[in-house]
Amino acid sequence: MSFLEVLYFIIPSAIYYAAPLIITAIGGVFNERAGVVNIGLEGIMIMGAFISIVFNLAFADKFGAATPWLGLIVALIIGVIFSLILAVAAISLRADQTVSGVALNMLGLAIAIFATKLLYGKGQTDSIEERFSRFDFPLLSDIPVLGKMFFSDIYGTSILAFGIAILAWFVIYKTPFGLRLRAVGEHPMAADTMGVRVAGMRYVSVMISGALGGIGGAIVAQAISGNFSATTISGQGFMAIAAMIFGKWHPLGALGAALFFGFAQSLSIAGGAIPYVQDIPEVILLILPYVLTILALAGFIGKASAPKASGQAYIKGKR
Amino acid sequence: MSKRWISLLIPVVSIILGLLIGAIVMLATGFNPVDGYIALVNGMVGDSYNLGETIRTITPYVFAGLAVAFAFRTGLFNIGVEGQLIMGWLAAAYVGYAFDLPPVLHVIVAILAAAIAGGLWAFIPGLLKAKLQVHEVIVTIMMNYIALHVVNATIDTLSDGKEKTETIHTSASLGSEFLQSLTDYSRLHWGFAVALLAVLVMWFILEKTTRGYELKAVGFNQNAAEYSGMNVSKNIILAMVISGMFAGIGGAMEALGTFGNIMKMTAFSGIGFDGIAVALLGANQPLGVLFGAILFGALKNGGLNMPNEAGVPVEIVSIVIALIIFFVASGYLIQLILNKLVKKDTKTPKVDKKNVKGEK
Repeated sequence: MSFLEVLYFIIPSAIYYAAPLIITAIGGVFNERAGVVNIGLEGIMIMGAFISIVFNLAFADKFGAATPWLGLIVALIIGVIFSLILAVAAISLRADQTVSGVALNMLGLAIAIFATKLLYGKGQTDSIEERFSRFDFPLLSDIPVLGKMFFSDIYGTSILAFGIAILAWFVIYKTPFGLRLRAVGEHPMAADTMGVRVAGMRYVSVMISGALGGIGGAIVAQAISGNFSATTISGQGFMAIAAMIFGKWHPLGALGAALFFGFAQSLSIAGGAIPYVQDIPEVILLILPYVLTILALAGFIGKASAPKASGQAYIKGKR
Repeated sequence: MSKRWISLLIPVVSIILGLLIGAIVMLATGFNPVDGYIALVNGMVGDSYNLGETIRTITPYVFAGLAVAFAFRTGLFNIGVEGQLIMGWLAAAYVGYAFDLPPVLHVIVAILAAAIAGGLWAFIPGLLKAKLQVHEVIVTIMMNYIALHVVNATIDTLSDGKEKTETIHTSASLGSEFLQSLTDYSRLHWGFAVALLAVLVMWFILEKTTRGYELKAVGFNQNAAEYSGMNVSKNIILAMVISGMFAGIGGAMEALGTFGNIMKMTAFSGIGFDGIAVALLGANQPLGVLFGAILFGALKNGGLNMPNEAGVPVEIVSIVIALIIFFVASGYLIQLILNKLVKKDTKTPKVDKKNVKGEK
């Protein structure tokens, strides 16, 4: 295999694995920017994955090729509803955000498997008929080398992921809404004094992360695994949190980090066929994203610092 | 109502609310909640076999709960118990089959190896927290995944590509024919005695030693602890290491007692995460952790009986546990409700006055 062939093979696969991570990590950026830690992204992804598969199995006959996309919308709605549990506990009831997030993960997995057993009589669904399909991006795929690397045989979900990242950057850094969001996460008391509704902003931010986490889970289910079981989402939510931190709480940083993690993931899966890479033990590639995140946090790869008020409940009038 | 009563009532009310919503879920999905909960109780203590299995399930929960609680008392949130536990599991299993030692000594050495493995795995986030102020929550989550992959790779190397390691020698086993015959050949082993000892050890460290006093002081107020001459970063590292050692020994219980080996894992055991629930319910007190572990361990093992006897999927138990965590964590809500109820009962302004003056 020549070097170029390796790239043709590995880059599309990296983007393919990265798409759900990118979208979920952006969700994480939104809630952390508003000062809410969302450890529950994993649970939200599980709910999104579950509901999209249920929808896909039930309506594939009716909607045909559009089914997976409609599945994303259903997953988005369920993600928002499910994330409200965290919002109510962590924002209104001042519960510890990390503890509530852990409980949300537990709850998501339990509800999804419970419902799977009720609906299908077993812990795993059948495989879906309508998956996301690949296509060649018009015009751009004709560009020599780069076209084949980035624009042919791509998934619509990958384009969606890039779109969401750029949109998130615009919303967070170029709009009044984004300014308020960041203010609430850095210094909620100051924001409150200026008339920003802290609790309201935090609710919205958690709901956005719920929506994006739901979509992320649905992409894993409908593009990668093709069915739903207890192991469909196994750590992608936490890896998205890792990407958010490695990307320094910035949407485009999270995009880059998620792409890199997707690259490591696809190397660990397909690396056996690639010269040099096949000599690296698989375990190194598997733990790479997590090790890098720790190094980034420790300041060895540039200083990564969280929004100041992240993780703290805001109580009006308390200094 | 005094604070002491409220802090006792919050977990009790949370458990009741959790079970109540669990019943509603069962009702809504077409099951009979009474049958479901009878099946649950039968699965917990219905016969001697189930009782033995329940005590066996509780054992690692005690350690996971102690690990989370110990770190909490020093103001640290150790989500990495899961990773520390499987590192300890691996270390104990390895010492169990690779070493040749006389009976009792072998068990002790294997448990110590597990404690060291778990402690080392917790040392890294402790060091990063103490020296570089890196938040321990994220680091410990990442360490969990690193542990999972490293353990799987190590099992692969140790066993030449098999799915599990060799079985431990009988000299390293916590298993006991006496306990098994007592409980209709369940997998009950002496680990529960080790767990009770660990509860005592945590109580002793925290309440009876100078070091324990310092650890708690750092948890209450880092600045105050520092100005009174305590070495904050040393205490943070120590708290994490001791927490990790508890978790590691919890893993040893699985290696030396329940399974006798370690197998490759596609997902986490979940014991470490449930440890957070145990510690939370037990208010981070050693005795409270014991009660929390008994409750959640019994729920987990009893739940296994629900599909057979009542047709209810076992996940209902996880739903109930997750709900209990939410309610305990949202203690603010329960506190508000309790306060309102108390006021309604007496209705006189006297109580209000008392509340203003007497709250100490």
